[in-house]
Amino acid sequence: MDVVTPAFVVSVLAAAIAYGTAILFASLGEVMTERSGVLNLGVEGMMLMGALAGAAITLGSGNPWLGALAAIGAGAAMGSIHALLAVGLRANQVVSGLALTLFGTGLSAFLGQSIVGAPLRDDFGRLPVPGLEDIPALGRILFQQNALVYISFALAPALWFYVYKTRAGLRLRALGERPEAADAMGVDVSRLRAAYTIFGGALAGLGGAAISLATNPGWTENITAGRGWIAVALVIFAGWNPARAVLGAYLFGGVEALGFRLQGAGVAVSPFFLNMLPYLFTILVLVFATRPSARRKMGAPAALGVPYQREDRG
Amino acid sequence: MTAPSTAADFVRAYLLPRSVLSGLAAVLLAFAVGAMLIALAGRDPVAAYATLFQASLGSANGLSETALRTVPLALCGIGIALAFRAGVFNTGAEGQLFIGGTAAAWVGLQLAGQPQALVLTAMIIGAAIAGAAWSGIAAILKLKFRADELITTIMLNYIAIYLVGYLLHGPLQDPTSPLAQTARLGAEARLPVLLEGSRLNAGIIIAVVVALVAQLYLWRAVDGFRLRAVGENPRAALNAGMNVKRIVWTAFLACGALAGLAGFTEVAGVQRRMIENLSPGYGYTAIIVAWVGRLHPLGITVVAFLLAGVLVGGDRIQMSMGLPAAIAPMLQGIILFFLLGGELLTRYRLVRTPIVPPAAGAGAGAGD
Repeated sequence: MDVVTPAFVVSVLAAAIAYGTAILFASLGEVMTERSGVLNLGVEGMMLMGALAGAAITLGSGNPWLGALAAIGAGAAMGSIHALLAVGLRANQVVSGLALTLFGTGLSAFLGQSIVGAPLRDDFGRLPVPGLEDIPALGRILFQQNALVYISFALAPALWFYVYKTRAGLRLRALGERPEAADAMGVDVSRLRAAYTIFGGALAGLGGAAISLATNPGWTENITAGRGWIAVALVIFAGWNPARAVLGAYLFGGVEALGFRLQGAGVAVSPFFLNMLPYLFTILVLVFATRPSARRKMGAPAALGVPYQREDRG
Repeated sequence: MTAPSTAADFVRAYLLPRSVLSGLAAVLLAFAVGAMLIALAGRDPVAAYATLFQASLGSANGLSETALRTVPLALCGIGIALAFRAGVFNTGAEGQLFIGGTAAAWVGLQLAGQPQALVLTAMIIGAAIAGAAWSGIAAILKLKFRADELITTIMLNYIAIYLVGYLLHGPLQDPTSPLAQTARLGAEARLPVLLEGSRLNAGIIIAVVVALVAQLYLWRAVDGFRLRAVGENPRAALNAGMNVKRIVWTAFLACGALAGLAGFTEVAGVQRRMIENLSPGYGYTAIIVAWVGRLHPLGITVVAFLLAGVLVGGDRIQMSMGLPAAIAPMLQGIILFFLLGGELLTRYRLVRTPIVPPAAGAGAGAGD
């Protein structure tokens, strides 16, 4: 195929990182939430509200950083609703999360009505790193991205370190595996779980901003197109490990980038089928990640999705 | 509980079960929040709500429009409830609806000119089979590969919509129109209208029949009992000799078939062709309808009717008061949300249990 030149590959890899960043933020947040034992299926709704908040504030203020902050706030606010329902009231976490997604989808469509399609010029544009950007191939792939991507470059290893190398990370893992043990150690299970849930929501919101303020500047209804769900699936694929989440997110970004590039190169496949690729890929990922041998190696936190009640302790 | 000694006790014990109270409170709270948002949009909330009720319940036409929207919500909701009762979190009703609707349109066009009874029956069967097949994909993924059905069915929703888009822009497109839709269905492929001058069609009869059959199935049929047993305690069901795999299949296929049927009613009853925007998210809304309806087919039908009323009223508010188009689903979302919150104050809880007993560590995984 003469369309696959080295330049093509480099551009796909660069796009993979750019497109994968939104999912990466959301996945990282969900990793932390699920590690604490809470299942958050409201990620899609939180990403949408974050994307809307980011776009709206940026359109109004001209400053994408304010938009990003607003996105984080919106995600955190929704995360706190989930925390209230799932942790505080010990509701069914699946239904609570689903309801939040439906709510976030509808609310964002409603509130965003007036700015649909409004051109957003103050987005997070390409921010090349002086010096590093000129490295052949790698420079184009890693160091000609936007500010949010660079933040994710720092965030992922930081969270990995936090989870596996710190005391607080140990407590986090205890929350998800054996909350009774954490409770006995004096850890405030509810408060910490709520905090991680809100944190996850905040990152989901930031993921939404990574779309509306970077890859698809502006706002349209349903701008995330299911990426929140893909992020949740990728958490399973990542084995609840922030470092592997990076791999999953960029793999996904690559699939999406490939689809776009192939469309642009006039390959004779209907754009509809190319658009299906990310979702087919996610199904494949789930199949691969949950086959019995894989599951034995990278198990879910044992207490995931189970509300903790001290009275239930044996 | 001691016998009620005062009138208040009596009312509290027998006339106002907590669930009804909390449901009412939830709806009121939701309307209050909606009023705030309407006011934020610069309109008069009282006038808006008056219009909402008038439009949905205040006239024969309004009632028929409400009944019209009840059909897909109820059908999908019942299908989802059947799946949930077996422990299958099938969230793919939206995609199954689209696939079913497309199949129904195709069948209807193929059989153009044949007698109506034949055509409609064929369309129903086609829609149900297509929807069930789409759901079956997720079933295979779940039973063969242990892939979580909640996410796979949602992914399949997106895939379905793109697939339908491809078909409507290509092989199934109306040759006489540049729009992404099939040709118009002939009169033989349309559901008969029940009320002259309205759009109310036989779909509502289908929905009610399905609700009754589902209710009977769940509580009067041995198979329905088995389905519920698997959902409540799969391990016990397995030990009691039930064929859990077959029951899980039934759950997936039943949900897909009913969602497909909902697609048929939209195509044959409302749109008279297959279009790209066949459903404004009925399949997703139906999830909450099913849950709030306590997974009871008749309860689901009632909840579906109420929410359909909000949709109809919301559409009218949007048209007559110039509010943003998303006011209806958003109001609906708020109501559902508060209803959910209210649910938490009542006894009933859905617990998600694994379909097949988890492998107990020492190499037993291969046997699942």
